[in-house]
Amino acid sequence: MDLLLDGVKQAFILIFTGDSLVVEATLRSLQTSGSAVLISLLLGVPLGLLLALARFPGRNLIVAIINAGMGLPPVVVGLVVAILLWRSGIFGFLGLMYTVAAMVIAQVIIALPLVVGLTLTAIQQLNPKLRLQALALGASKSQMLVMLVKEAKLTMLAAVIAGFGAIISEVGAVLMVGGNISGQTRVLTTAIVEQVGRGDFSRALALSFILLAITFTATYALTLYQQKGVGVWRRTS
Amino acid sequence: MRKFVSAAVIIALFLTAFTIMGCSSQKKAATSIPKETAKPADKGTIILATTTSTRDTGLLDMLIPAFKKKTGITVKTIAVGTGEALKMGGRGDADVLLVHARKAEDEFMTKGLGKVRKDVMHNDFVLIGPKNDPAGVKIATGAAEAFKKIAAKQANFVSRGDGSGTNKKELSVWDKAGIKPAGAWYIKTGQGMAETILIANGKQGYTLSDRGTYLTQKGNIDITLLLEKKKDLLNPYGVIAVNPDKFPKVNYKGAMEFVNFITSGEGQKIIADFGKDKYSQPLFVPDAEKTAK
Repeated sequence: MDLLLDGVKQAFILIFTGDSLVVEATLRSLQTSGSAVLISLLLGVPLGLLLALARFPGRNLIVAIINAGMGLPPVVVGLVVAILLWRSGIFGFLGLMYTVAAMVIAQVIIALPLVVGLTLTAIQQLNPKLRLQALALGASKSQMLVMLVKEAKLTMLAAVIAGFGAIISEVGAVLMVGGNISGQTRVLTTAIVEQVGRGDFSRALALSFILLAITFTATYALTLYQQKGVGVWRRTS
Repeated sequence: MRKFVSAAVIIALFLTAFTIMGCSSQKKAATSIPKETAKPADKGTIILATTTSTRDTGLLDMLIPAFKKKTGITVKTIAVGTGEALKMGGRGDADVLLVHARKAEDEFMTKGLGKVRKDVMHNDFVLIGPKNDPAGVKIATGAAEAFKKIAAKQANFVSRGDGSGTNKKELSVWDKAGIKPAGAWYIKTGQGMAETILIANGKQGYTLSDRGTYLTQKGNIDITLLLEKKKDLLNPYGVIAVNPDKFPKVNYKGAMEFVNFITSGEGQKIIADFGKDKYSQPLFVPDAEKTAK
């Protein structure tokens, strides 16, 4: 218990004095996971829309793979990405191993199924008549898609929350493909593991508190927006 | 509603800013590397695969910046066990290795996987365990005898079990003692040294550790040092440049710069001085100049 209390105290000192390791790892975490979530959204929303609206052979198989992918173990992702990116791997010539780009790739693979899957569910939960009505009222195809995304945005926000939370708190994959290199690929989670290894529990706790604060703040902001959305829907209906 | 739209926009901008920041900093790094290495050309980055003990003690925090300052070469340090480090080298996925498992290192060299190997430094292993020392290892004349006592008592022994240098050393001691450790008392963690010490602490068991990692964890545990400074507890570290004839992609020039630096007077002095202030004793003893002369 003393350790925890002392850790909390030390943590605040480190945070407010702007300890260079703490600052570095925090910024790197936000940079990596923020990029990964954005990329996942850009790829995942159109893919989710396509799967929700189009019918083609093999679609059910793809949906099943996406659903299974929502529970993809990050370490497995890390291992596979590492094997591909190592110099001895088939993408070794790109020289991406142990870079931020490698970590973003791994995190996109983890977050993408969440975004695609939840987008798909969100669109499918909408009343199918909505689509017909929009088209009947003379909406173009792109106008109809924008409207569907707008209607489904609450569930899609859940995808962002779930995806960001999953990847910023993930350690196995980023450690494997990033290598926890000081000043280059050290993020909050890998820094925590390293500080425990060094016996510096107070620094590990400081980093943990920041990680908790970031995930909570991001979730809180998105939840506020999401729940406000619910209110609007009630008023208009 | 509008407030929350703007909140979402701010978050999105925030994330985008970080992305752009990341991209631009990467670009900056990409453009600045050639500048820094303009004098000695073509050796931007090396991958150093090493054991957790060199990182967790903080030794690399002293060595790597000094090396970077002197040569302009960026080092990507990947701290894993010696076994994994040798495997990375054996696939050409690392340029230079700093490891401690003499027998495995020699095998690595005879297979032609490494081009150059040099002695760097040594420290020693220590046997730590519960304060009341149920197996009575304190009075043992060497590690092998101590291990025999532990096995006879079936006292908890916590092993790295991860193919690391320390694990290889431990297994060679069991071998020397003529015992094949097995049973509920023999616990394999599959983790790094620090984690293994913490598990030994929780299980009130014995474990073999390098002195450096033990000293960094000393304040967090109540198991204690029981056996040290015996002939069969020496822990020598070597540096290996991976063979470019086998793996054309390795940065051999950069690797040799590192080998030369760590075995030079400057590198050896950093090693000799390291730990004096924090632990009031040096954690590693430099070896390179001795063997070179």
